[in-house]
Amino acid sequence: MARAAAPAPLAGVRRGIRRRRLADRLFALLGAACLGIGLAVLAVLLVDLAIDGLPHLDWSFLTSFPSRKPERAGILSAWVGSLAVMAVTAAAAIPLGVAAAVYLEEYAPKNRLTDLIEISVTNLAGVPSIVFGLLALGFLVYVLDLGRSVLTGGLTLAMLVLPIVIVATREALRAVPFAIREAAFALGATRWQVVRHHVLPYALGGITTGVIIALARAIGETAPLVTIGALTYVAFLPAAPLQAEWPFLSFAWLRDPFTVLPIQTFNWISRPGDDFRGNAAAAGLVLIALTLLLNGGAIWLRHRLRKRVRW
Amino acid sequence: MTRARAVRALRERAIEAGLLLAALSSIAITLAILWVLVSESLGFFRVVSVVDFLTDTMWTPLFAEPRFGILPLLCGTLLSSGVALAVAVPLGLTSALYLSEFAPGRVREAVKPCLELLAGVPTVVYGYFALLFVTPLLRRWLLPELPGFNVLSPGLVIGIMIIPYVSSLSEDAMRAVPMELREAAFAMGATRLQVAARVVLPAALSGVAAAFALGLSRAVGETMVVAIAAGQQPNLTLDPREPAATITAYIVQVALGDLPHGSVGYLSIFAAGLTLMAVTLAFNVAAWLLRRRFREAY
Repeated sequence: MARAAAPAPLAGVRRGIRRRRLADRLFALLGAACLGIGLAVLAVLLVDLAIDGLPHLDWSFLTSFPSRKPERAGILSAWVGSLAVMAVTAAAAIPLGVAAAVYLEEYAPKNRLTDLIEISVTNLAGVPSIVFGLLALGFLVYVLDLGRSVLTGGLTLAMLVLPIVIVATREALRAVPFAIREAAFALGATRWQVVRHHVLPYALGGITTGVIIALARAIGETAPLVTIGALTYVAFLPAAPLQAEWPFLSFAWLRDPFTVLPIQTFNWISRPGDDFRGNAAAAGLVLIALTLLLNGGAIWLRHRLRKRVRW
Repeated sequence: MTRARAVRALRERAIEAGLLLAALSSIAITLAILWVLVSESLGFFRVVSVVDFLTDTMWTPLFAEPRFGILPLLCGTLLSSGVALAVAVPLGLTSALYLSEFAPGRVREAVKPCLELLAGVPTVVYGYFALLFVTPLLRRWLLPELPGFNVLSPGLVIGIMIIPYVSSLSEDAMRAVPMELREAAFAMGATRLQVAARVVLPAALSGVAAAFALGLSRAVGETMVVAIAAGQQPNLTLDPREPAATITAYIVQVALGDLPHGSVGYLSIFAAGLTLMAVTLAFNVAAWLLRRRFREAY
């Protein structure tokens, strides 16, 4: 056909095109492979952890205190501690972060102070987590004298995830169309009424997603809590928040020493010998299941919101 | 009527003040970090001279005659981050180019969240993986001489861990490149690869550089993986096969032992922390300058 009859220079061009097309396809394969490497490592990690940890994972593992004997050791104090610390973190970081974001998006005038706040939020997001541990050690533990307690741990993690909450909330607020605010203002609503009755409800889904991601980050953090010297061998639970006598609620648990899942895991990993390896893997498995569950939940929520909302 | 209005105005003002206070907390935390690091470091530098700290090649805080030279720790930090970057940059960049320029929309939507899970895995689990899976694997197949603690395997694992940071920021930058540029190149007969490598990548370079810097500062600040798998002896070396301590690993090591409050050993972790802050800040500023330099205006 015409192809065979093509003069020599044109054949060279065709060869060039074929070569470049091939390069195109090869690069696409390479890209998919690179992507695959990351995902494959994640899969291998999960499988390795499951092989080492699943045999240890049973009911008594969840309901026993750490022990000197690997087969009797469990993560009761660790998961209860994680829960208590998360409660403090959530109670501190969510209101503070959402309020800061509302200020920055809905109230802040354009001035030096606002710039300064924005810079410090961006900057905090990039500070290594262990530095928050040093801050907690130097300030919360020794200056405010809060001790190595649940309260200190929770506040440390709250400071760590505050930028995440702020950034996510701001994005959610920004996604609410301006027309909604203008309509409310036109009816005589005050700024706070606009925020409280219109903007925040619409942004709630996005804010929740951000909060879940922040808590998922906090629950897996080890370094800052190790730095404040959270105990690694804790064979007791914090005081119960509910009690039989008036006033029924007790906040004594805030001042109790604690351990959390990642610290218990770290403790078992760093034991010499292989005895506690299975325990470490089992605790890691519980931890990873929690974080993946939270992250997955956030991703699902984000996906649903994106589908449903049509302004 | 007017009274109700006055009350309402007052309430509005109070709410605004409350919100402002919440926003100011981020400045307060920043200042508190600086204050704690600087004031405790000043205490440290009253005992150890700044020159010794920056030039001494030994870090032996627990010896009878302690020496505090940050170089070995700094070297360990940069070494593990270097290994991590050597993994994350090619993998992250290629993944980002693929996702932004080659992958069908549905693949991208499905893969991106999965990739982000890599950054969601708790670091202590990565430490376990580096120590008890990657190191034995390397020993069996590649480097039989590799010691149980080494910088290589935590570096590799951190590299995998920061892929999402590198790739998702890079991809955002690439997708921000206007379609017209691509269309112009396609109209000239360029292939996808040519468009990706010669049009999109240069145009997105500022964002890509920022992504690398973010990944690097993550790697420098990463603690648990190196604390678990790199060993904790300070070691002035450029060989990733050897064990070494990083700045972060040293802080963990001291925090686990029970050094008395106010002792030189206790103060030294704040000086180490200040150094860590300085290094991450340097990378962040470098990224910012790079961004400005390469910024292409459309």
